[in-house]
Amino acid sequence: MIVKILKRLFIILVLLFLYLPILILAVYSFTSSTQIGAIRGFSLKNYVTLVTTPELTGMIAGTISLAVAAALIATVLGTMGALGAFYSGRKMSSMITTLNQIPVINADVVTGFSICILLVVAFHISKDSYIPLLAGHVTLCAPFVFLSVMPRITQMDPSIYEAALDLGATPFRALIEVVIPQIVPGIISGFALAVTLSLDDYFIATYTKPATFDTISTYVVNATKGAQTTIKTALWALSTVIFVIVVLVVLISNIRALRSQGELRKEGRNV
Amino acid sequence: MDKQTDTIIELHGITKVFEDGFKAVDDFNLEVKRGEFVTFLGPSGCGKTTTLRMIAGFDNPTEGDILLNGSSIIHLPPYKRPINTVFQRYALFPHMNIYENIAFGLRQKKTPGDVIDRKVRRVLDLVDLEGFEKRKIQTLSGGQQQRIAIARALVNEPEILLLDEPLGALDLKMRKEMQLELKNMHRRLGITFIYVTHDQEEALTMSDKIVVMNEGRTQQIGVPEDIYNEPKNAFVADFIGESNIFNGMMTGHLKARFCGGEFDCVDDYEEGTHITAVVRPEDVEITPPGQGTINGVVDSVIFKGMHYEITVLSGKNEMVIQTVHNARRGDRVGLRVDPENIHIMIAEDHTNLFFADVTPDFRLEYNGHRLDTSLTAIIPGSTRKQDGTLVDGSGDVLEPGRIRIQISLQPDDIEMTDDQEAGLVIGTISNLIYKGDHYSYIIHTELEQDFVVNDEFLWNMGDRVSLLMPVDKMKFILKRK
Repeated sequence: MIVKILKRLFIILVLLFLYLPILILAVYSFTSSTQIGAIRGFSLKNYVTLVTTPELTGMIAGTISLAVAAALIATVLGTMGALGAFYSGRKMSSMITTLNQIPVINADVVTGFSICILLVVAFHISKDSYIPLLAGHVTLCAPFVFLSVMPRITQMDPSIYEAALDLGATPFRALIEVVIPQIVPGIISGFALAVTLSLDDYFIATYTKPATFDTISTYVVNATKGAQTTIKTALWALSTVIFVIVVLVVLISNIRALRSQGELRKEGRNV
Repeated sequence: MDKQTDTIIELHGITKVFEDGFKAVDDFNLEVKRGEFVTFLGPSGCGKTTTLRMIAGFDNPTEGDILLNGSSIIHLPPYKRPINTVFQRYALFPHMNIYENIAFGLRQKKTPGDVIDRKVRRVLDLVDLEGFEKRKIQTLSGGQQQRIAIARALVNEPEILLLDEPLGALDLKMRKEMQLELKNMHRRLGITFIYVTHDQEEALTMSDKIVVMNEGRTQQIGVPEDIYNEPKNAFVADFIGESNIFNGMMTGHLKARFCGGEFDCVDDYEEGTHITAVVRPEDVEITPPGQGTINGVVDSVIFKGMHYEITVLSGKNEMVIQTVHNARRGDRVGLRVDPENIHIMIAEDHTNLFFADVTPDFRLEYNGHRLDTSLTAIIPGSTRKQDGTLVDGSGDVLEPGRIRIQISLQPDDIEMTDDQEAGLVIGTISNLIYKGDHYSYIIHTELEQDFVVNDEFLWNMGDRVSLLMPVDKMKFILKRK
């Protein structure tokens, strides 16, 4: 009995430790307080500031556009890389897989700094062109897309590609009509991972972004250093919004996964 | 008439060497007539699937040419060949329903929708799955998926249908049914079938022509009856059906010595020829002792349902017999075989085949000598359990009394010596043939077996020699009783 209670208590403590900070932030985002500590009453002021300040909305839109663009390019490159590695010989395949792991493990500071040196210093590409920033984020995301697509490809029955050729499909059509649909779940999760990685990134962006552009991460770091309290408290609202979106995405994807499992089982029974 | 319309596909000198240097197919030649049912038969790794993949276009031969209706298709990619394949694991497209799976090939050819509708319905009818159009692949049983795979290939009306062990994943009853159905389909459609299997019974039941393959080489091409009754060499005899195979030599006109006796036979070869004799287990007759050609002792009796399988030891030679009459272990019996049931082949590779004894503690012996090897090394994946039992790769217990180990040893690897104690067995030289750079000898041993030995030095007829047989040169084959 006591053991059971202790077990429960432990889980509750762990969950509190994980979720309490964000809950506190969420609660304060709905008040007019300027500091954590004293609650003065309910207010949507922070949310109004968040959606009406052009500086903030511009920064959010820029961050999201960057994340989506980088994730799209990274998804194409990562998927192509995984397909290429899979259909290469054994030696080539293991070489590509190993090379792919290095950027994954490598520190972001090193990636960001080296891209800055290569593109900006060596090739004289202006940071204002956004190319170094985009290139940096694609470099960051593509290896993760590769990693999330690869298991899908290896799970796939290798002979379905040959079956498509056998039935008269050209290699390109076989790829588009048969292979890609098999690995779509891997591609989607790779894309989602790429979006979150790009949103999360701080180091690569600081080294490669144009001086006038900010991502959420770089903006938050600068804002917390500054004195503008209205903007600071509006960031609480932003954090809350991001958290709610994440929770929704996770919930929806889990529910969908459960549903499709149930459907398969139901159809199986009809045989 | 003219050959062009009669022969649909020809393979000339096809050789396939993989990147790692492995020669999967070696100088393969075949002509297939339009509408024929041809089966590639052989153990796994014999090159049959590789050959099929080269016909389909998935692999390119290293050497040789493939002609379809008289013109080379070697440079044609698979999607341009009028050939369709039924894959071993079906390879259906999981994200499409059954209709879309079958329609896939027709859609690639931009066939109009109503034609697709009609053709899909017709092949579904052909494989007895009418009304399954909207079903998902995952909801079908293995047998149903197999039918869809066949329908998906047939809907394209290929000139040749390739089937790569299509029934391998089905249970026995299902397999028998599908064999008959495939055969019926072949008869009705008139399409040329090229079928790959390792199941000799399947091959014998279904084929017009069988190509027996081993280690990348064609062993024999022929109709099922010929393959069974007139095997060309020891491999074919051993692989197709069960057989007793002996080394021996011709001792006179229509007389052959093997298995420790002199048998009358109907194959006429010159006296002194090295031969391989094949006797099917169902062709051996058990007689009272002394009334057969050879005598022996019943070593084991196993009830097999339709018949008993009786192993008789005559000296060191084993003869397996299938008969409806029972016998008891230890009975002394005679054995006789009708001359027309003895199949004599000129020994082409002279490989010496003989059996080792398996002792109750899983050691191998021959003629009372320990052979320095272990059963776990011979049987792939096998292990010795702590309690002393031996299990094979799939976890089945192997009992010493239920397994036999056949040894094959090349004539070049055996050495003769005057030192009677040195070798595994002693025998008398009963024949010698000069072969240019060496002599080929037949040694008739005290165990009534004949060994072929190559030696560059001249020995005399009648010399008593001891045979040195190195264990590391022996190849071991597990046979279950």
